[in-house]
Amino acid sequence: MNAAFTHKPAPDRPPPRISVGAVGWMRDNLFSSWMNTALTIVAVYILITLIPPFVQWALLDANWGGRDRSICDANKDGACWTFIKVRFLQIMFGLYYGANPDQVWRPVLAFALLIALAIPLFVESFPYKRYVSIGLLVVFPFVGYGLIHGQWFGLPVAETSQWGGFMLTFVLASVGIVCALPIGILLALGRRSNMPLVRTLSVSYIEFWRGTPLITILFMASVMLPLFFPAEVDFDKVARAMIGIALFQSAYTAEAIRGGLQAMPRGQFEGADAMGLKYWQSMRLIILPQALKISIPGIVNSFIELFKDTSLVAIIGLLDLLNMAQTASRSIEWKGYDIEAYLFAALLFWICCYGMSRYSQALERKLDTGHKH
Amino acid sequence: MAEHHTKIPWHRNPKVRSIFFQVALLAATVWVAATILGNTVENLEERGIRTGLGFMGGAAPFNVGFSPFIEYKLGESTYTDVFIIGVLNTMLVSVLGIVAATVLGFFIGVLRLSPNWLMAKIASAYIEIFRNVPLLLQIMFWNFAVFLPILPAPRQSWGLGATAFLNNRGLYLPSPIVESAAGVWLMVAAIAATIVGIIILRRWAHRRQNRTGQPFPVLRVALAAVVVVPVLAYFAGGQPFTLDFPFLDTFNFEGGMRIPTPLFALWFALTTYTASFIAEAVRGGILSVSHGQTEAAYALGLNRKRTLDLVIIPQAMRVIIPPTISQYLNLTKNSSLAVAIAYEELVNLWAGIALNQTGQALIIIAMTIAVYETLSLGTSAFLNWYNARRQLVER
Amino acid sequence: MTTLRADAVNQAPNQDPRSLIIEMKQVNKWFGEFHALKDIDLSVEPGERIVICGPSGSGKSTMIRCINRLEEHQKGDIIVDGIELTADVKHIDNVRREVGMVFQHFNLFPHLTVMENCTLALIWVRRMPKKDAEEAAMKYLERVKIPEQAQKYPGQLSGGQQQRVAIARSLCMNPKVMLFDEPTSALDPEMIKEVLDVMIELAEEGMTMLCVTHEMGFAKTVANRVMFMDGGEIVEQNKPDEFFTNPQYDRTKLFLSQILQH
Repeated sequence: MNAAFTHKPAPDRPPPRISVGAVGWMRDNLFSSWMNTALTIVAVYILITLIPPFVQWALLDANWGGRDRSICDANKDGACWTFIKVRFLQIMFGLYYGANPDQVWRPVLAFALLIALAIPLFVESFPYKRYVSIGLLVVFPFVGYGLIHGQWFGLPVAETSQWGGFMLTFVLASVGIVCALPIGILLALGRRSNMPLVRTLSVSYIEFWRGTPLITILFMASVMLPLFFPAEVDFDKVARAMIGIALFQSAYTAEAIRGGLQAMPRGQFEGADAMGLKYWQSMRLIILPQALKISIPGIVNSFIELFKDTSLVAIIGLLDLLNMAQTASRSIEWKGYDIEAYLFAALLFWICCYGMSRYSQALERKLDTGHKH
Repeated sequence: MAEHHTKIPWHRNPKVRSIFFQVALLAATVWVAATILGNTVENLEERGIRTGLGFMGGAAPFNVGFSPFIEYKLGESTYTDVFIIGVLNTMLVSVLGIVAATVLGFFIGVLRLSPNWLMAKIASAYIEIFRNVPLLLQIMFWNFAVFLPILPAPRQSWGLGATAFLNNRGLYLPSPIVESAAGVWLMVAAIAATIVGIIILRRWAHRRQNRTGQPFPVLRVALAAVVVVPVLAYFAGGQPFTLDFPFLDTFNFEGGMRIPTPLFALWFALTTYTASFIAEAVRGGILSVSHGQTEAAYALGLNRKRTLDLVIIPQAMRVIIPPTISQYLNLTKNSSLAVAIAYEELVNLWAGIALNQTGQALIIIAMTIAVYETLSLGTSAFLNWYNARRQLVER
Repeated sequence: MTTLRADAVNQAPNQDPRSLIIEMKQVNKWFGEFHALKDIDLSVEPGERIVICGPSGSGKSTMIRCINRLEEHQKGDIIVDGIELTADVKHIDNVRREVGMVFQHFNLFPHLTVMENCTLALIWVRRMPKKDAEEAAMKYLERVKIPEQAQKYPGQLSGGQQQRVAIARSLCMNPKVMLFDEPTSALDPEMIKEVLDVMIELAEEGMTMLCVTHEMGFAKTVANRVMFMDGGEIVEQNKPDEFFTNPQYDRTKLFLSQILQH
C-alpha cells in the first residue's frame, strides 16, 4: 500500500446558489436575456387578459342551480351551466334518451361493456387478446346495437332518427373505423401489389376519397346513395352517413397501414418466402401482425381526425354532439346560450381527442425504442 | 426465363393467375360502376330529371350575395356563372387562409421552441386546444357565438377613422376605382420591374460576395424598394386610381367593399385551426435538425442569425414544406364547411343551392368532386416533384 | 479482371446428372441493365460443402438466392433435387421445402418467440400438428445449443444466438441443402465462432452446404470445394488446399492477398 498513491475522490460541493432552485430556474427560463424578459412580460400580459376574466365568467360568477333560464337571465355576468345541466341527457344521448331518462342505462351499459372489452387489449401481458378482439369486433356490435336500438329482449325501440348527442358521435366514429380497417388492409396490400391493375385501382380508390372533402362525401351519401340502388332499397339517414364515413375512412386507414408495410424490412418478406409460405400465409402470419403494430399510431391519429370530422354530420341533419348542443341552445327555453353549448361540446371533443393523441404519442415513443435492439 | 421446358400447367403459372385475377377484378369494378351509374340515371329520370349538361346554360333563379370577381345579375346569370363564382369564392377564402395560417403557424411553431418557458407553454396550449376541437365547431363558435352577437349593428359600427368599418354585416373596406387604365398598367409594370430588379440585385450581391467577400444588405434595400417604388409610380402615373370609401347611408353602408361576416368568421377559424397544424410541422422541422448542427456552426464562429439562416433553416425547410403543403390542401378542402355558416363557396352554392334547385345530383356532385380532385392531384404532383428533387440533392 | 475461363480446373467431376442435388446450366440474370450472373454452370453432389467467396457485387449472393428463387433467373436452367425451377408455383414451393436458407441479417420474425419461429413452417407448410412441430423444433434448438431460449423473443437474444436460431429454423424443415448468405458478417467478432461451430458440426454430419463467406479458416476446415466469383462469373474453383496454396488466376491471388492480410 505504501508504494502506490491512493486516489481519494474530492467531495461534492453544492452549486452556486444562483443556478438552482426557483430563482435559478426563473433566471434560466424566463429572464436569461433582455429578449427573454420581454417575452415573459408579453406572456404574463396575455395570461392576465385571458385567464382571470374567463375563470370569473366560467366558474366564479357562473350559474349552476335552478331548472330554467330565469336564474341565468338574472345574472348575465356568468356562464349558464344550468342550461347544460338541464339538457345534459339530451346532449349526451340524443332525443330518445333525453325524453326517456329511465332508459339511459342502455347506452351506458353498452359503453361500459365496450370499455371493459377494450381495456384488456391495452394490457401487454393479457393472454386472451385474440378472443377478446373477436368478442369486441364480432359479438359486441350486435349486443351494442341491441341495447341502444332496443326491440330485442322486449326493450322499447329507440329509432335511429332519435339517436344523437355524444352517443351518436361515438357510434359513427367507431363504426367508421371498424368497417374501414379490413378495407384499409386490403387497399394497403393492393397498393403494394405487383399486379399493375390492382395497384392502379387501389391508388385511384385511395386518392379519390382523400382528395374530396368529407362534407361532399356526406352530401353524396345522403343525396345520392339512395339513387345508386334500385328504388326499393332504402337506408335510413344514420346508415347512409355510416357508409359514407366508412368508405372515406378506409382510404386514410389504408395510408396509415401502407406506412407500416413500408417500414417492414425486406428480409421479413424474404425470410417468409424462403420458408415456403404462400402469399396470404406470409401476410397473415409474418407481415401484417408486425406492420399493423407499427401503424397503430397512424391509425389512432386518423381516428382522431375522424372523431372530429363526424361533427360534419350535423350539416346533413343528424343530431350529433355538436348539432344537439346547437339545437338545444336555439330552443325557445335556452335561446342565446350558444357559447355554453359550444364550449361544453368543445370540452368533450377535446378530452377525447387530446387523450387519444397523448396515447398515440406515447405508443410512438415506445415503438421507437422497441425497434432498436 | 428458360424457354425450352416442360409446359407449366396454366393454373400453376403465376402470370396466368395474375392476369386472370386482374381481369376478374376489372370486370367486377366496371360492373359495379355501371350498375350504380345506370341506377342513378334511371332513378333521376323517375323523378323527372334528365341527366345532362343542358341546365348549365339556363339562368339561375336565386341570388348570390357575395361575388367580388364576377358581377351577378339575378335572372341573367347562368348556372355556369354560379359554378365559377363558387370556385372563385372557395379560392378566395383558401388563399386568404393559407397566407394567414402560414404566418401564424410559423410564428407559433417558433414560439413553441422559444427558450422562454412561459411563451413555449402558451404556444403549446394554443396548439393542443385548436387542433383537438372539431373545425366545424370552431367555425360555428366564432360565427354564431362570437362575431354575430358581439359585432354591433351597422349604425353603431366600429370604425377605423373613416376608412374601415366593422359591424355584424361584415367588414367594410375602401375599394379602388380605376381612373386611368394606362396609369394602372404603369404601376403594375413598375412593381414587376422592382421584383425583377431585386432578383438581379440578389444575383449581383451574391457574385460580389463571392468575388470580394463583402456582403450586401439585399433585404433592407429590397424592402425599401418594395415600399417606395409603388408610391412613386402612383404619383408618376397621375394617381391612376382613387379609393371609394364606405359611408353610412340611413340603415346600411354604401360604397367600398364588404367582407361578409361569414367569410370573416370562416377565414378566422380556418387560419387559427390550420396554424396549429403548421406550427407542429414547423416545430418538427426545426427539431429534426440535430443539435450537433447548431454546435458545429457555433464552433465555426457563425453567429446566431447566420447559423439560423445558413444552417438550420435550409435543412428544416425540407422537413417543414411537405406537411405544410398538405395542410394548404386540407385548408382548401375544409373551406367547404362554409356550408354551415352560409358563405357562398363551391359546396354551399353549387352542391347545396344549385343541386336543390335543379336536382341534377349526378352532374353537380361529379363537378364538385372534380374540382377538389384536381386541386388534390395538383398538390400531390407538386409534392412528388419536390420530394424527388430533394432526394436528388441528398444523394 | 481476367476474362479467361478456366475450363481445365473448373470442370466439376463428370457425374450422372440424376445424382446431382443442384444443377445450374448457363444461368444468366440481369438487374435492369446490369448483368449480374453470366453463364453460370454449377453442379453440386449430395454431401458437398462449397464455400463461395469474391468481392462485393460479384454475384455470389445472387447466385445462391436464385437456387431457392428469391431471385428469378432470366436465362438458363436450375434444377434442384430433380425439380426444375420455372415460374410454376408448385415447383417453387417444392424447392423451397427442400432448401434451407440462412441470411446475413438472420431475418427472424421479431413478433414470434424462438419456438414459434421454428415451428411456423412445420405447421403451415408441412401441416404438422403443433405438438409434433414443437418436439421437432426442440431437437434442433438443442443441436444449436440454445434450448433454454425457446420461449424468448429474437430481440432478447445476442446476434450469435439469433443466427443459431435461424439455422435451427431452417433445419426444422429437414432440408436436403442449406444455403448460407454471409451468415457471420453481421456479427460481432466474439460471436462468429459460436455460429461457425454449429456450421462445422452440420458439415460433419454430411449436410450439403453452399456458403457465401469470407471466413477462410472455415473454408479450409470444412469445404471440399472453394469457389471464387467476380463480375458475375465463377472465375476459379478448386479443392481448398489447392485453392489457397496455388491459385491460378491473378484476380484470385489479389483477392486472397487482400483478405488474408489481417
